[in-house]
Amino acid sequence: MENKLKENTVETNLTKKLINEFQAYQSKLNGDASGSLNHLRTDAMSVFEKLGFPVKKMEEWKYTNLSPVMNHDFEFSSDLSVSGITRADINKYIFSDGNVNRLVFINGIYSRELSSVISNNEKIFIGSISDSMKNYKEIFEKHYSKYADYKNRSLAALNTAFSPEGAFIYLKKNTELDTPVHILNISDSKIKSVFSQPRNLIVIEEGSKIYIAEDYYSAGDNFCFTNMVTEIFCGKNSHTEHYKIQNEDERSFHVGMTQIHQEQDSHYSNTTISWGGSIIRNDLNSVFDGTNTESHFFGLYLLSGKQHVDNHTLADHKMPNCYSNELYKGIIGDNATGVFNGKIMVREDAQKTNAYQSNGNILLSDDATIYSKPQLEIFADDVKCSHGATSGQLNQDEMFYIKSRGIGDKDAKSLLLKAFASDVIDSIKIDEFKNIIEEKMDLKLKNLLK
Amino acid sequence: MKTMLTIKNLKAKIETSEGDKQILKGINLTVNPGETHAIMGPNGSGKSTLASVLTGREGYDVTEGEVIYDGKDLLELDPEERAREGIFLAFQYPIEIPGVSNVNFLKTAINEIRKSKGQEPMSSVEFLKMMKEKAKLVNIDPEMLSRYVNVGFSGGEKKRNEIFQLAMLEPKLSILDETDSGLDIDALKIVAGGVNKLKSKNNAFIVITHYQRLLNYIVPDFVHVMYDGKIVRSGGKELALELEENGYDFINELKVNAEV
Repeated sequence: MENKLKENTVETNLTKKLINEFQAYQSKLNGDASGSLNHLRTDAMSVFEKLGFPVKKMEEWKYTNLSPVMNHDFEFSSDLSVSGITRADINKYIFSDGNVNRLVFINGIYSRELSSVISNNEKIFIGSISDSMKNYKEIFEKHYSKYADYKNRSLAALNTAFSPEGAFIYLKKNTELDTPVHILNISDSKIKSVFSQPRNLIVIEEGSKIYIAEDYYSAGDNFCFTNMVTEIFCGKNSHTEHYKIQNEDERSFHVGMTQIHQEQDSHYSNTTISWGGSIIRNDLNSVFDGTNTESHFFGLYLLSGKQHVDNHTLADHKMPNCYSNELYKGIIGDNATGVFNGKIMVREDAQKTNAYQSNGNILLSDDATIYSKPQLEIFADDVKCSHGATSGQLNQDEMFYIKSRGIGDKDAKSLLLKAFASDVIDSIKIDEFKNIIEEKMDLKLKNLLK
Repeated sequence: MKTMLTIKNLKAKIETSEGDKQILKGINLTVNPGETHAIMGPNGSGKSTLASVLTGREGYDVTEGEVIYDGKDLLELDPEERAREGIFLAFQYPIEIPGVSNVNFLKTAINEIRKSKGQEPMSSVEFLKMMKEKAKLVNIDPEMLSRYVNVGFSGGEKKRNEIFQLAMLEPKLSILDETDSGLDIDALKIVAGGVNKLKSKNNAFIVITHYQRLLNYIVPDFVHVMYDGKIVRSGGKELALELEENGYDFINELKVNAEV
């Protein structure tokens, strides 16, 4: 298998540069890192060297071509520890002044000055992975890189090779944190094109509850390439609300893997919204490792110009009596392309599984494209699974009805598109954050319908 | 008195899979402020097509004639422009719009109309007050207004919601397209009562109906009978009663005469 993949890979300048960079990175770390971590990095790098960047020949990458990314000369974030991003700059990215825990990462590097954490106590840690080492090394080692498999995934391997740098969030048993956590990632390409690899680890122990908003932005006129990995451990009967919003500009590339591990009776809900960026690929995978777990995947991609957004999801039912529900919606205009690949895996032991999936798309132009692929693999016999995919234009009867009340063409379209997206937007449970999302959606629609 | 609407020799066709089909074959009609006109006729005579052409629905091709509304060439205007000029259509089959609340929908509509007249948007307080008042007119539970437009509404509720929207938008010329269809007598009375309260010397109504029943409650000044894309008879309110008694039999006579 790996040999076959090897044949498919293309040696790019970026690959070569990364290999060199890795050697430099290793030597810089010196005695910093523990032996096991170093071993992990070296192993991950060898996987990446073997697999290289994914290419379109691979089934999982059939519709997404990363080669435009390879044309840019990226600077590695470790060389750009000084950033020009100021507190005034981040004001336009924040959603609440007071009641929020904010972690700011510039080019994947933690900015202590710009971050503000208010909830930390003996049961709660919100901070960077490096800051967590003092008191939470054991927790870190127990969970880090245990869920995001890099052996067959070159991008996750690449991230693992250069990690860990990113957010570490830990809620001890029976801790309900109502104050949301905002992970603000900014790619700063003011000086040069940048390549950053954020790595987040979130551990929510038994009976705990959290709200996390993971936000991505870009600043500067050069190019940005983000390769992120977030691992989330959802302990027994825990409750996690997780949002990932991609607001980067048209000179940004973003590939990412969000890997969820769910224990018995846990509840996890994810909302992924993509409206920025040039080429985006998201992998969202949840593994149900306990009975009676519940998982919700919501997604919205709102695309214009030549944007390309690829969402791959996996609900991996390993245990009985679990529930997963997925709703992804796309609004695609101009020459943009959306890809949706939703996989439901129901393994032999996963009897009484309920797994649902739906993907709806509205195409606003003749040149807009959607590739929608539901994938059900079912090995248990007593299950309820369904999937549905639609794509179409705006309903003309609805358009006429709205216009006949005095509402103009653009506003009528905007009203209907917002209505179409509303069940995804409504899945966001942090009110202040949701308000900002709605404002952004208005703005994006205005540009799209001009 | 200034004429509100003049329809002259209006002909229109639709495209079908079997080629173009001429539906309106020369309609003439004049409506003045303060008047209520009933348009009756058998199914397929072109009543709803007339409503569609007057409000600018896509898919109809006007081949001849003109429509002057308030001194303007109505057929040159987009549907939303017609609405802003004061034309309102109560739909025969009101559309459900999941995700859009009645409140949001009407607020957007009212403010768009105000904007077109150079007026400031209506304040929320003012809007809510108006909504409460108008909801009473057609017996609408204010709770319904926070729900999505027509979603989960019964047939009667949808029709009442049409008249409620009419009340909110305060149009000059209202076209009611088979508003009575599917209504029981109580609902019909509510709807007609609402319309009667909204009548004034400055506005006008065109009431399209298949049955005379509605006209017992919304009393017309003029009754027109449409058949095969034309108005074949016009008269006062007594014409509706005559039709109620004798049906559309006279049309068969017209047909015979035409054949001879």
